Amino acid sequence: MNSFFLLLVVIGLSVAGYAAGRARSVLAASGDVRILHSLPSYYGMFVALGCGLPAILLLALWLIIQPQIVEHMVMAGLDPSIMPQNADEYSLMLTDIRNLASGNAVSREASPAIMAAMERYQSLQSVGFWTMGAAVVCIALLGLVWARSQVSRSFRARNVVENIIRVLLIVCSMIAILTTVGIVLSLIFESLRFFARVPFFEFLFGIHWSPQTAIRAEQVGASGSFGAVPLFAGTMLITLIAMLVAGPIGLLSAIYMAEYANPKFRAIAKPMLEILAGIPTVVYGFFAALTVAPLIRGWGESIGLDVASESALAAGVVMGIMIIPFVSSLSDDVINSVPQSLRDGSYGLGATKSETIRHVIIPAALPGIVGAFLLAVSRAIGETMIVVMAAGLAANLTANPLEAVTTVTVQIVTLLVGDQEFDSAKTLAAFALGLVLFFVTLGLNVIALRVVRKYREKYD
Amino acid sequence: MSKTSGSSASGTTPKMKGDKVKVFYGEKQALQDVDLEIKPNEVTALIGPSGCGKSTFLRCLNRMNDVIDICRVEGKITLDNEDIYSSDLDPVQLRARVGMVFQKPNPFPKSIYDNIAYGPRIHGTASSKAEIDEIVETSLTKAGLWEEVKDRLMEPGTGLSGGQQQRLCIARAIAVNPEVILMDEPCSALDPIATAKIEELIDELRENFTIVIVTHSMQQAARVSQRTAFFHLGELVEVGDTEQIFTNPTDSRTQGYITGRFG
Repeated sequence: MNSFFLLLVVIGLSVAGYAAGRARSVLAASGDVRILHSLPSYYGMFVALGCGLPAILLLALWLIIQPQIVEHMVMAGLDPSIMPQNADEYSLMLTDIRNLASGNAVSREASPAIMAAMERYQSLQSVGFWTMGAAVVCIALLGLVWARSQVSRSFRARNVVENIIRVLLIVCSMIAILTTVGIVLSLIFESLRFFARVPFFEFLFGIHWSPQTAIRAEQVGASGSFGAVPLFAGTMLITLIAMLVAGPIGLLSAIYMAEYANPKFRAIAKPMLEILAGIPTVVYGFFAALTVAPLIRGWGESIGLDVASESALAAGVVMGIMIIPFVSSLSDDVINSVPQSLRDGSYGLGATKSETIRHVIIPAALPGIVGAFLLAVSRAIGETMIVVMAAGLAANLTANPLEAVTTVTVQIVTLLVGDQEFDSAKTLAAFALGLVLFFVTLGLNVIALRVVRKYREKYD
Repeated sequence: MSKTSGSSASGTTPKMKGDKVKVFYGEKQALQDVDLEIKPNEVTALIGPSGCGKSTFLRCLNRMNDVIDICRVEGKITLDNEDIYSSDLDPVQLRARVGMVFQKPNPFPKSIYDNIAYGPRIHGTASSKAEIDEIVETSLTKAGLWEEVKDRLMEPGTGLSGGQQQRLCIARAIAVNPEVILMDEPCSALDPIATAKIEELIDELRENFTIVIVTHSMQQAARVSQRTAFFHLGELVEVGDTEQIFTNPTDSRTQGYITGRFG
């Protein structure tokens, strides 16, 4: 018997409530449902919601609050001899008691006082649970009876049900919005802690990145430096290479798809191209690291160039391939939405197909294409897996695509991987980098969406 | 793109001539054996109820139907006795000689100046800036738009009113210096005042160009055209001088349509 079972009971009661409400409304109408204000199913739904909704809310609240009350009671009732002295000890003892109760390993010898506390914990838990079960079922039944008693010919069940559904939808969308806000706030607060240790301008404009901080004060190499410019430069370099690959290929393939390809070819080629977008980025990552990077190094060596085994070029080229579908699919959409009348007008003046595309269609679609490019750029900046695997970790400040560089996302991963303490400048730097990344991609997306929307308005 | 001497040799030599023109959209036949002569420096109006094939025939005259994949044209259409569907004739060159104005004004999203300069630029008929400037001015003047837009040539063509946009499209067609201008219901999206201006313009343009106009308005056909062709169900029912068609039609279907009994 657990809370999941209780939930099933409540759902069962709701189903019964649906049937009861429906039946009662048909009865109230004495068989002729047309004289009812709403359809019988709305009365059923009303009773089901009246039964289930308060009960489930109570269940949720109880599950949140009960552990805290129980724990407080257990700790307050502890034998004074083992009463914890500070907050750390308090939480450690609490964990021990909880683990003992559920039969897990504990950090100390189970003394009689602790065992007593554990038994008290268990009994309070089970009392709490049974009280909760009784209360929830009672509320469900009360709700059912009350809602059923409301059913009459003139009761506006439809309006009530529609309103409840609207509120449920609002709650769901609020959850999504609040989560976003929460993530942003946590980024901001952690970043503020970071900037308390490392000056803001040193982070943004420093050109030396070496995120080493000492764990103990006397350790060597205790000074880290957090100049993020090499990271930004590396990100920009790889993004630039990616866009040099994806921009022309994506745009030209979009033009072919939209203007030249016959419908049969298009029907096959477009989904094929979009499959590229469905390949997991980790697959692209090892493609970059194991195939493309050695290939580039091989070519470089054969013409006497010194190429690092992890080069910006390899990561950038593969990332470019990854974002081709973004550019081509979005550009294809905007090119298709250029009105046919403009093409006719141009052909009617004796323009050829390529003249029409160059002089009329591309200029008309340009805002949309720019939007597509910006979305692709923001995708490239935020991309992690390919660069982790293929771009390297060395924070070189270089414009040479044959050297290893590192990006913002790669550094966030390496700063947070492994055992870390969560209040050193090293780990907090990850949040500051994340914040920068967030604002850059947010800005790009906002601009891109605005541009695309403005363009849509022009032709719709 | 020099004008051929045939057009001015005699008033009766047809500028364009359709001979047993059949058009199919896939399996469906849209035009049946249309024989029609279009005389130079005249306005020929094509009238008839919706779906009768008049726009289809118009679009055959500069091979705009080539853009539609499933469309197939049979028979022979000539421009100055040259078969326009022959394989040695490039539809791109044909369209420079036979221009077109569409139902809905469709200025390019460029400045007024660039809209007009588009044709001369792609055809290379004007090389220097001064030449293009001149073409822009004369085309806009011929289209009766110069006075209204001369101070804002660099503003977008899409910012003009509907009637001005349509005159801009006519100016754009004139700038290529075609021999024939096809107009597909050029006034159907315009208010009466703008319509009156366009009709006046069509009458003036007749001096230099041969014009074929599709229209739903019989008054318009009567006002602007010298010859009228009546289409019905994909067939050319009757063609003759406008006055004769409107006062003394020979076919009962023509009579029925122009007196408003159907259509």
